[in-house]
Amino acid sequence: MIADAEGAEAILELAAQDPDLMTKSHIIFIPKGTNYTQALRDLKPAQFYEGPSYEAAVQRIRHVLAEAKMGLQVYLTGTEGLMGQAQNEAMQAGIPHSAIQTEHRGSVARRMQCVHCKGITEDVITDPFVCSHCGLNLFVRDHYSRRLAAYQGVCIDAEDPGNVPEPQELYT
Amino acid sequence: MSAAPQKAKAGAEKIDVTVSAVVPLNELVTRFEFKAKDGRDLPTFSAGAHTVVQMNDQGRTRLNPYSIMSDPADTSHYAISVRRDDEGRGGSLFMHRNVKVGDEMTITFPVNLFSLDLRARKQVFIAGGIGITPFMAMIAQMERLGGQWELHYSVRTEALGTYVQELSYKHPGKVHVYYDDQSQAIALEDLLDGQPLGTNVYVCGPKGMIDWVHATASAAGWPDANVHSEEFTKPQPGKPFQVRLCKSDKVIDVGEHESLLEAIERSGVEAPFLCRGGACGQCETDVVSFDGDFIHRDHWLDDDQHANGSKIMPCVSRFVGKSLELDR
Ligand code: FES
Repeated sequence: MIADAEGAEAILELAAQDPDLMTKSHIIFIPKGTNYTQALRDLKPAQFYEGPSYEAAVQRIRHVLAEAKMGLQVYLTGTEGLMGQAQNEAMQAGIPHSAIQTEHRGSVARRMQCVHCKGITEDVITDPFVCSHCGLNLFVRDHYSRRLAAYQGVCIDAEDPGNVPEPQELYT
Repeated sequence: MSAAPQKAKAGAEKIDVTVSAVVPLNELVTRFEFKAKDGRDLPTFSAGAHTVVQMNDQGRTRLNPYSIMSDPADTSHYAISVRRDDEGRGGSLFMHRNVKVGDEMTITFPVNLFSLDLRARKQVFIAGGIGITPFMAMIAQMERLGGQWELHYSVRTEALGTYVQELSYKHPGKVHVYYDDQSQAIALEDLLDGQPLGTNVYVCGPKGMIDWVHATASAAGWPDANVHSEEFTKPQPGKPFQVRLCKSDKVIDVGEHESLLEAIERSGVEAPFLCRGGACGQCETDVVSFDGDFIHRDHWLDDDQHANGSKIMPCVSRFVGKSLELDR
């Protein structure tokens, strides 16, 4: 089970439904400023790892997948960015996309790739937004890349620089 | 790779071939090899593909699907292995009794309904009896690619272990043979347990074996997408029945020993097919009206479609009752 932030709640709910599950579970958790860690530890999973960021946790995820055997069940919960990136790792390890369970919890922020500089901006919650790498004003497209685990951001004021609409919060 | 054909066309594209070798392997199984009549290379195919062999048995056309077992990298010839089925409808008997080196025959372009997932970290092959044939080609392909694989092959007796010696000699350590008459059985649960993530399993053999592998793997938490099987159903004889073909405006009789598809073809109506074994979906035909019961034998239509009588797969399925009208 790989979770970040409010994804912890999904795991707590699962554990409440089926306490036996935890005796075989390996939880990899990225708090992102939340304080679910103790509650998750109290579930007494077979293994628990807390990572300061996805980037820090990814080595651990790769290692676990590389050692894993068929029959392993993968459950991803939390933000889109986490689920997308972890799903990528799982697929590369040979788990078909259809066999990976995901549950979105918490922030609706998107992980965005700027189509111009290719830089990734994490946790984007407004549309348009400013690329954290090249500074262009980008609008949030619904085009999603499973490989990059990111949505596409395209320059909104290319023809008329500076003509940028008021940013709206995503999904409001 | 999906084998979904783009467009339903009558039959499948054909190749004229000459029989270049007939090699009896044991009491029941004989290998046949084909070369293109024009001397050129045959079309390329991927491991797991089959071809439909057309036999002219005293004016009667028989069309049987066989897995191509030769190395896909060598298209100078195709090889198939045919198990003689004394109780069957006669296609395998015809091959065994009548087909000689030098004979001219027609086969269809290879179609693959059982292809390797080449992204897999490891391939596990499970064969029962003559179900070994697609794996012969798959093993050749995996060896060339340098991929990881293992074979678990269950045969009745040592004498009937088709290709056992060749396989065990060439690939010691990867080939595991189980003899029924020595009460050896594949320890499937143990075998599935501990396979590295990304392993794919392939099964070809009797229906019971295929169901057993699917059920055991799924109970062990394997995703369905990692378990592949190929099963060609043979058309079964049954009571004769009559069918009206609406588009062609014909009424035809389906005899006891022929399939509905064969009867349609015999009447001169072109009908699409690829596998003739209820697996590919190509022959799917709409039912216009019916009064009676279907005997569905395909693996293509879902349970609802089977129950409501809206479609039939004429390569393997039959009908008993008063009347049947098809959109053909
Ligand atoms: S020809 Fe393939 S299902 Fe009938």
